Amino acid sequence: MDFVRDNLPYILAGISVGGQYALIAIGYTMVYGILRLINFAHGDMFMIAGLMGVYAVTWMPLYLAIPFVIIFTVILGFAIERVAYKPLRSAPRMSVMISAIGVSYLLQNLALYITGGLTKTYPSIPWISNTVKVFGATTKVVTLITPVLTIALVVALVLLINHTKMGMAMRAVSRDFETARLMGIKIDSVISLTFIIGSFLAAVGSILYFSNYTGVMPTAGAMPGLKAFVAAVFGGIGSIPGAVIGAFIIGICENIIKGVGWTTFSDAFTFALLIVILIVKPTGLFGEKNIDKV
Amino acid sequence: MKKLALLLVFVLAVATFSVGCGSKDKAAATAGEGGVIKIGVYEPASGDNGAGGKQETLGIQYANSICPTVEINGVTYDVQLELVDNESSTDKGPTAAKNLVGKGVSVVLGSYGSGVSIAASDIFAEAGIPAIGVTCTNPQVTEGNTHYFRICFLDPFQGTVLANFATDVFAAKTAYCLSKLGDDYSVGLCNYFQKAFEGLGGKVVYETFPDGNSDFTSYVANAIKANADVFFAPVSTEAAALIIDQANAQGMDMPILAGDTWDSNVITGAAKGKNVEIYVTTFYQEGGNPEFDSGVKAWIEADSTNLANNGGNTDLAAVTAMGYDAYFTALEALKAAGSPAPADVMAALPGVSYKGVCGMITFNETGDANRDIAYVKKCNTETGAWEFVAEQGVK
Repeated sequence: MDFVRDNLPYILAGISVGGQYALIAIGYTMVYGILRLINFAHGDMFMIAGLMGVYAVTWMPLYLAIPFVIIFTVILGFAIERVAYKPLRSAPRMSVMISAIGVSYLLQNLALYITGGLTKTYPSIPWISNTVKVFGATTKVVTLITPVLTIALVVALVLLINHTKMGMAMRAVSRDFETARLMGIKIDSVISLTFIIGSFLAAVGSILYFSNYTGVMPTAGAMPGLKAFVAAVFGGIGSIPGAVIGAFIIGICENIIKGVGWTTFSDAFTFALLIVILIVKPTGLFGEKNIDKV
Repeated sequence: MKKLALLLVFVLAVATFSVGCGSKDKAAATAGEGGVIKIGVYEPASGDNGAGGKQETLGIQYANSICPTVEINGVTYDVQLELVDNESSTDKGPTAAKNLVGKGVSVVLGSYGSGVSIAASDIFAEAGIPAIGVTCTNPQVTEGNTHYFRICFLDPFQGTVLANFATDVFAAKTAYCLSKLGDDYSVGLCNYFQKAFEGLGGKVVYETFPDGNSDFTSYVANAIKANADVFFAPVSTEAAALIIDQANAQGMDMPILAGDTWDSNVITGAAKGKNVEIYVTTFYQEGGNPEFDSGVKAWIEADSTNLANNGGNTDLAAVTAMGYDAYFTALEALKAAGSPAPADVMAALPGVSYKGVCGMITFNETGDANRDIAYVKKCNTETGAWEFVAEQGVK
């Protein structure tokens, strides 16, 4: 029992942070699946969602603030795609990626300007910020609900992709951009929907993440974003279940490594994993095979 | 735009407060016939130490508002502050320092945070500009050079004081130390604490966290697992707020000790209403000089930008008092130098002595202030304020 009580906090932390990475990673992997674009601004969208959460509770009651944050982030994600990526649809892929990096810096510096560089404390949300005891280990409720919520959202998303018309359109676009367009699929609305779903999940992720780790600063999105990206690559970029499993593995491993005393190397592990995956299995755990088209 | 606005504030401050500096300056102050002397303020306004840097800058600005002129050999000069933001970052600091050199400052004040001070040291040395560290406590700042001075106590002293405090008050046998990788301040302070604590017969569990980390769950769990009696975490206030939150979430019941960095309303804000016990060592105890306390509070409250820079309230940080003392130490040095030339100021600095609100300032041969006492404060988590505990020295 002592063993469980001593080690449970690491596992709990790992599962919860893994769930939060998963919610961000889906945004990376879906956009990549459709546009073959790594949306570097995604981590910063996550940060902006957190910052919005800080400000929203000062403007309105909490039950309005949470939907507001989600809607705001969705609109922001949609707007970024329309303004920064859509005009470059026919440009080389590298141009879009540079545009994404530009958006990332724009968001960070905007946050720096608004906050004046100071860390903002995320408001505590009743119930999910409360502490509970699980088998003798004390933690926040949010730690427990994160994996449940993450899995529920992922199941819903997979159902949406596999069993709706819009999902079918998304799958078609991810297979072949040009042919899908010839078949009468409205590419732009499919892409917009992808960004909307990605932003929605990032907003939910930000509420869970910042409820647990309450400091929001302009660079707060960089590290979770990077790790979610690693998770997406690990799971096979383009694959949603892959991203989720990758995120959980990274979250849990990271905390176990801290638990056994190698705290110094916890980040190094994540990035070493990226390198190993790229060398050994470049398509990741569930990645699609790269077929050369003639 | 922001810089321009700040500059405008100074110009206004210089114009409106110019009478406050002793009657003999009255006539001269408005004219400032000697021209302008520039004092560089090398402080973080963003990044990890943005909150503390801003509070330290406030002290300097307040001092400047009280005494915006200096009389050197009978000629009155206007003192103009040149602010740069080193972004709490050792790779951006040097650029900010070069910016100050380019502006032709006579002397530099700062920085909050030892790492950035060390990073900029060579730039100031090359330009022959003396610098006065305000609250950078790492020994390396002044070691092996002639241009860097400082008015605060040092980490070997502070670390030892805290180790003594841990054994005296809590009878601690095991201490958990946490520092940030590559951060000169927290790594240094942890090392000195460890040395002193082990010297007193204790055991230390020492861990580090990487830059950008905001998940402190496992660190707190490690401390609990190690069965530590105290949690020593002299890290930046940004990380501190997260550690406090996590310690509360996991019901950690050991006291948290930290250095001067934690003496900030960011910490009291984070700890308010939580079940944590926090002790810090610091430079100045509120109430030590009531006249200064009320003056600076009224000044902060009168301006919304200042209020925001102080974290939205008028709680006084020790670094603000230190910033205030640093400014007047710089003025004393200018007077003693007899000219605004940086080389003259540098030559004059070792002989300067000044009675500040945080105590007497005199420099030893390495350019450090002679200090032998630190104040220990405890955070009252009900009211969200600091409470004085004791003056602690080294045995």
